[in-house]
Amino acid sequence: MSNPVPEVQANMGLSIPRVDALAKVTGTARFASDMPVAHPAYAYLVTSTIARGRITGFDDTAARAVPGVLDILTHLNRPPLQPIKHFVAGGAGLTATPPLAGPEIAHDGQIVAMLLADTFEAAREAAHRLVVRYQRQAPSATFGSPGVVEQRTATVLPERKDPVLGNAEAALRQSAVVHDAEYATPTQHHNPMELFATTAHWMGDELTIYEPSQFVYGLRAGLAGQLGIPPQKIRVVNDFVGGAFGSKGATTQRTALVAVAARKLGRPVKLVATRDQGFTISGHRHETRHRVRIGAGRDGKFTAYHHDQWELNGRADPYVNGGVENAAAMYAFPNVMSTGRMVRADRDPPIFMRSPAEVPVIFALESAVDELAVRLAMDPVELRRLNDTDKNWVSGKRYTSRSLMKCYDAASEAFGWKRRNPQPGSMRDGDWLIGWGCATATYPTQVSPAVARVRWLADGSARVEIAAHDVGTGTYTVIAQIAAETLSIKPEQVSVAMGDSLLPPGPVSGGSVTTASACSAVKLACQQVLARLALPAGATAAQRAAAFEKLQLGAIEETGNFVPATSRSKSTAGLYKGSVDISGGANMAGAGNTMFAFGAEFVEVRVHARTREIRVPRIVGAFAAGRIMNPRTAHSQLMGGMIWGIGSALHEHTEIDKREARYMNDNLAEYLIPVNADIRQVDVILVPEVDNEVNPAGAKGIGELANVGTAAAVANAVFHATGRRIRELPITIDKLIVA
Amino acid sequence: MRPFTFTFANDAQAAVQAATQAPAGGSVQYLAGGTTLVDLMKLDVMRPSQLIDITRLASPQLRAIDITPQGLTIGALATMREVADHPGVRRNYPVVAESLWLAASQQIRNMARVGGNVLQRTRCAYFRDTSWPCNKRTPGSGCSALDGENRWHAVLGASDQCIASYPGDWATALIALDATVQILGSGGARSLPFAGLHRPPGNTPHIETTLAPGELITSFVIPAGPYTQRSLYLKVRDRESYEFALASAAVALALDGDSVRQVRIGIGGPVAVPWRAREAEALLVGKPLNESNATAAARAAFAAARPRQHNAFRIPLGQQTLVRALLQAQTMELAA
Repeated sequence: MSNPVPEVQANMGLSIPRVDALAKVTGTARFASDMPVAHPAYAYLVTSTIARGRITGFDDTAARAVPGVLDILTHLNRPPLQPIKHFVAGGAGLTATPPLAGPEIAHDGQIVAMLLADTFEAAREAAHRLVVRYQRQAPSATFGSPGVVEQRTATVLPERKDPVLGNAEAALRQSAVVHDAEYATPTQHHNPMELFATTAHWMGDELTIYEPSQFVYGLRAGLAGQLGIPPQKIRVVNDFVGGAFGSKGATTQRTALVAVAARKLGRPVKLVATRDQGFTISGHRHETRHRVRIGAGRDGKFTAYHHDQWELNGRADPYVNGGVENAAAMYAFPNVMSTGRMVRADRDPPIFMRSPAEVPVIFALESAVDELAVRLAMDPVELRRLNDTDKNWVSGKRYTSRSLMKCYDAASEAFGWKRRNPQPGSMRDGDWLIGWGCATATYPTQVSPAVARVRWLADGSARVEIAAHDVGTGTYTVIAQIAAETLSIKPEQVSVAMGDSLLPPGPVSGGSVTTASACSAVKLACQQVLARLALPAGATAAQRAAAFEKLQLGAIEETGNFVPATSRSKSTAGLYKGSVDISGGANMAGAGNTMFAFGAEFVEVRVHARTREIRVPRIVGAFAAGRIMNPRTAHSQLMGGMIWGIGSALHEHTEIDKREARYMNDNLAEYLIPVNADIRQVDVILVPEVDNEVNPAGAKGIGELANVGTAAAVANAVFHATGRRIRELPITIDKLIVA
Repeated sequence: MRPFTFTFANDAQAAVQAATQAPAGGSVQYLAGGTTLVDLMKLDVMRPSQLIDITRLASPQLRAIDITPQGLTIGALATMREVADHPGVRRNYPVVAESLWLAASQQIRNMARVGGNVLQRTRCAYFRDTSWPCNKRTPGSGCSALDGENRWHAVLGASDQCIASYPGDWATALIALDATVQILGSGGARSLPFAGLHRPPGNTPHIETTLAPGELITSFVIPAGPYTQRSLYLKVRDRESYEFALASAAVALALDGDSVRQVRIGIGGPVAVPWRAREAEALLVGKPLNESNATAAARAAFAAARPRQHNAFRIPLGQQTLVRALLQAQTMELAA
């Protein structure tokens, strides 16, 4: 296991522990549902037990008779709420549809009622006693189900252009070797440890919401839209978010319901949705299907790339991941063709989940590259080296930095890759078949506008305020570090306030933009403070004291406005309105270059020769991502990413009853994620890289890097162990057992 | 969860009396570790009107683990952890310790009592969600699993009314080792072969055991045998820990050189009730234990299997699991 406190190398910040570590491990960190409110009422949701149809009536006699029950909200009596824009259309909503909009049921687990009571127990009991009558229609569950509708993504969303270059069809016809295969990834759920909680508290016409959110300004805007009140009347607060992974990025239906219930009852209302309800009220990673063709010469040089993707979606809102542009940009593909398609079924709205586009798309690409290497009898690392590139061939734009092969070399050396016998099934330890595989990790380097306020006191202490979010990644720590570094003070002299919509707006905690964007804004604010004081970088305490003395000020406060040159809006104005403005990666506006972080992952699997259990005794990943703000938190995040990747390869999979389009394994006993016993040796290598073009902080996002490609590395290793190529995730015993 | 009355019982007799005298129409449950019952009450699947907490029962025998030349006796209130960690059990009855050690998580093993463990309910997702038809939960409503997501369902012992699997591990060891169950009822104590405790689903999947209302399991007795030391529990699953068995085998062997003198085999995973593979045992006795004989025994163990759409793989998996367990037991080094 690599050292969790890695040595500080070139272009890395201090390896300090998290500033919130003690609070987290001692339980004093307050999460949304911990926030105290006086005399709250408790809410409990009732969700639909059909996936398509309508509600024909309720029998609430028994529910209302439960002592302590205060009210029952349904579509028949809930106060007015307005539709909002879906986030793909530029809004904040997981869905445009407000909660309890009518009797129609569009998916399994749709909210159909909210019970309100003096205690959680009474609300729950009443929820169990509420009878909802439905008229069911046969739903369409998934790919291949009767009644699904397939659409070209570019037809629904014209701005989503399929990457095209040259004439791939002709190039494939002329290629000496063509690999052609289909790949599939399953429905997955984020399952953050912290459940989906909301507390609403009105004081007059002012509303405070305690809710774990990846975008407090976005939630404020979405909720204001639903309630029809000015956003300034709403304050959204969360000091800490207990995991999110995309599931807390949008405004979901529950928040407005809790808010109107609190207004109606005239007292605060607390909701903590159950684990199984969380499967249907806050989005999921949708299923995908892929057809990939790669052409190559006998020498291994790629000639063409063809990638068609099908994304499963609900019927109401136009969610799409895309992401094929990232696969097409990965190697020197001189010809590219692709088609994105959406398949609409009776399912709840999908949402981003950690590396939303990259996890499925790169699984397909990196499995296909490995398969081609087998066909060509080439080492898969050398095949990638042969087709490495310093530009994005589709756009013609160069990479600002790309250390992919450095990552391969570092990880391959640490792993001992050169001792690999390429023959499948050739490496064995008793009854265990050993397989080694590798794959590329990649994530677009993206940024968002961000605003931060820094107050520097004459005593040297500083306060940083930014409505960014700590979703468990160490944001409090790296923000304190960049402020300390820029002001030449100690990190413990910096206090950081985040997760509150009264603070200047940070970016949505999505797209791995937080560190780069928030730190860039903080750095700008600190530089402005230094400029006001006419202090050089690296000024001493004495110089600082003299500068304050000279201006006769006790503190200086500056607001840093970070607006990336690539941003769509060229402004921070949208941030204040809760709009998302993420740019970077392959889709750079204007004259920008292509910005990505890369890594290489090597995996050993052991597959039992008889019973086919698949275990991962070790994994090595090397990553280069510009400036590493804090090697310790980076190490932790990358390690967590690789573990997440092992889960996506072997475990995570939401089972669906295809007759009823309903989720079945909606609990943490049967929705499998790796447990400690599944994770053995995990080695993280930080490859130093300097890239001052990406953003003022010089940092590339790493939150969604290390779990990309892992599933392909595992699948490639399973092939090496067994000779069986599994193209559908997760790779489970049933797919390998020999009848 | 619905309102219920909650009382403590101080001795086993009083507990049984209280449970037997429950008012008509109500339903009584004993509560010990609560790891299944409370879970299912929160899901509104179990709706007892009265809980009797039996964790304070005075008799130390109810929690004792005794090893004598005649066998192993385990009080029903021993925790899973206490039995799994018991040095004598680990040495002389490894299959018993391993079947508990490989079940659940340490937190659950600390709470759950072995008496309740054998009565744990199925993990069938259609049973655990009250919105689905389920003959086990609501007799006559139908079985949603027959043509549903049945990867987790039984191929052995199921019926056309119910294919839910029995999820336990320990019961697989108990049935293999010919355990008996000591039971206290209003009419006094009785004992029952463990194999007679669970009822196959048949046409009445809602009736899972042969216990009469108010009867309380007080202990388990596992007879000594020449095969208990050379015994193991093999559990196969998608992840390394904290998961129910896709397939499992409890085997105990007495060997004469390479030849099988006595063998006991329990099958877990895709079984509707704890399962003893007597046909497989019969095929092995008196023969050398090798790949081909083990494979023939494994085939016999699953001869009666009836797969559904998503669980057919559990037949070859179960067979391979048994072969692996037998060959592994053969090479075990026994403690002196």
